[in-house]
Amino acid sequence: MEIVVASAVGVLTAGGVYLVLRLRAFSVILGLALLTYAVNVFLFATGRLAVNAPPVLNKYADVAYSDPLPQALVLTAIVISFGMTAVLVMFALGAYLEADHDRIDMTDAPEDDGEGDSGSDDAAITAQGENRV
Amino acid sequence: MSHWIVAPVILPALLAPIIAFVMRHDITLARAASFAGTIALAGIAIGLMVMVADGTTHVYRMGDWAAPFGIVLVLDRLSALMLLVTSVLALVVLMHATATGWDDRGRHFHALFQFQLMGICGAFLTGDAFNLFVFFEVLLIASYGLMIHGGGRVRLQAGLQYVVMNLAGSTLFLFALGTLYASTGTLNIADLAVKVREMPLEDAALVRVAAILLMVVFAIKAALFPVQFWLPATYANAPAPVAALFAIMTKVGAYAIIRIHAVVFGPDVPVMGGLIGEWLMPAAVVTVAVGAVGVLGARRLMPLLSFSVIGSMGTMMLAVAAFTPQAMTAALYYLVHSTFSAAALFLLADLVVSRRPGGDLLRAEPPVVQNGLFAALFFAGAIAMAGMPPLSGFLGKLLILDGLRDAPAMTMAWVAILLGSLMTIVGFARAGSILFWKATALAPEVAEGEAGDAKDAPPPGPARAGPLEVAPTVMALAILGLLAFLAGPVTGFMDNAAHQLFDGSDYVEAVLDPEAEVKK
Repeated sequence: MEIVVASAVGVLTAGGVYLVLRLRAFSVILGLALLTYAVNVFLFATGRLAVNAPPVLNKYADVAYSDPLPQALVLTAIVISFGMTAVLVMFALGAYLEADHDRIDMTDAPEDDGEGDSGSDDAAITAQGENRV
Repeated sequence: MSHWIVAPVILPALLAPIIAFVMRHDITLARAASFAGTIALAGIAIGLMVMVADGTTHVYRMGDWAAPFGIVLVLDRLSALMLLVTSVLALVVLMHATATGWDDRGRHFHALFQFQLMGICGAFLTGDAFNLFVFFEVLLIASYGLMIHGGGRVRLQAGLQYVVMNLAGSTLFLFALGTLYASTGTLNIADLAVKVREMPLEDAALVRVAAILLMVVFAIKAALFPVQFWLPATYANAPAPVAALFAIMTKVGAYAIIRIHAVVFGPDVPVMGGLIGEWLMPAAVVTVAVGAVGVLGARRLMPLLSFSVIGSMGTMMLAVAAFTPQAMTAALYYLVHSTFSAAALFLLADLVVSRRPGGDLLRAEPPVVQNGLFAALFFAGAIAMAGMPPLSGFLGKLLILDGLRDAPAMTMAWVAILLGSLMTIVGFARAGSILFWKATALAPEVAEGEAGDAKDAPPPGPARAGPLEVAPTVMALAILGLLAFLAGPVTGFMDNAAHQLFDGSDYVEAVLDPEAEVKK
């Protein structure tokens, strides 16, 4: 079972990292979702893997139990990552609607410089600077 | 067990939803509530400072669960100091946002602002590593909202990058916490300190991995070298008051490194050795260099200020990386200084940039109204940030240089700080002279040129900044002056805080001993 869980975490992480490094917001969101799945499974495993064991100590018999804390941690992590993914989708939608493309970097088509909007758009800065100085 | 300890978390947490749900249509009411809450927060922070003045470590057990099992909030000198800095900064920023009308340019500014304060205060108070993660998420999700306050294409895109960067950071945080829990079986900071110290050397590998992972996570927040790329785009594109508030956000990362890596993974811990300092020191040196080069090369004012923030974080982390009480005292002093100097500069930049036709682009333009006043304030802010007398930046850097005198990497650190300061001075001098001096030289010529091709009357110039708009900037600068003037007592307090931090036994005993509170 260890090998299954370990490779699941590994594969999810690898896929997540690959997708996060993509240029489009959509795949980046998918990648972050994969990463959060990976970390959830990983957190589960930090309490040691036990099958069919209740997360309760039994003081009358020496039976196997599973660590309840990682389960609580995972629950928190799932809720937080769910909320964060929702926020991220809204951000990506907003940026997409404003910019008409869903590229994650900020180098833009040069048609919309000169609107006085502060930004790190290097090409626009030099163009503006040369025109006016 | 004093219930005041939890008040800095509870108060904004209760206030924010009320502002969001009840007062969302009435900006005046929301402003009043936000001000009342922030002033109360400052009052509570002062009260908590008084509580810790005698050196006791106060512990608040959530739900009265005993320490390693329940979540605890811990109030010692360091966290009380951070709370005070946060609340005073929040008050200054709130005044600016209200006076300039920034809070009315989007929705829910005040609610998000209070949620942000809740997260920051919680992160400074908590004594549990997983709870620290939760408060990080609270302050981050509020900061996402504040970051895109007012909207706009570039701001949304920069916001998207900021969110992605921080979500990746949060994932890494969880991996680090998982590794830590797997190897020690606890996430309570005091309990971790005990467990990691007792750990046999052959089990050290996983803990060392967790410690370095945690350091990377906090370094993302603190904008240290390999992971500082998010900061310039974020700070430069955030609304200026929000950027000023974010001055404390980088300090949250620095605080977390100070707290976790001094208490749990300190240099005296056998399984860690000097591992953390060895990695932190070169990262901080490069961060100083990146900040200095960025200040020199910036073509816009906001990125210039952002890079100066990076440089000051690097300077501070140099002192933290030494992990000695003396250097930590200097780091804490510089932390307070750099928070307020960055805030002052961002607030001032907002006043100037909103009155310039070219925005924050560094190029000569006709002088803005009140050119002289702004130039004087910029000059004061620049000497504070660059570390020149008489403001507190000079004393802070002097303390850091002194604190690093015996450090192994002393030469490198001194060279970085001194050269970095020089480059920062040059960068700020260039920006200031372009913005304020060349403007006066160019004024008549440009005015003629414009009169030639534009026949219609020139549009009415931007309004003069009223005293209320200038007041927050002046207040932030006055705090820097006060910090320099009262440097003796202030460093005395920070010296005590640093010794308390490195002693550690206080902290561990107060948290883990259920009788500790009863005895007092």
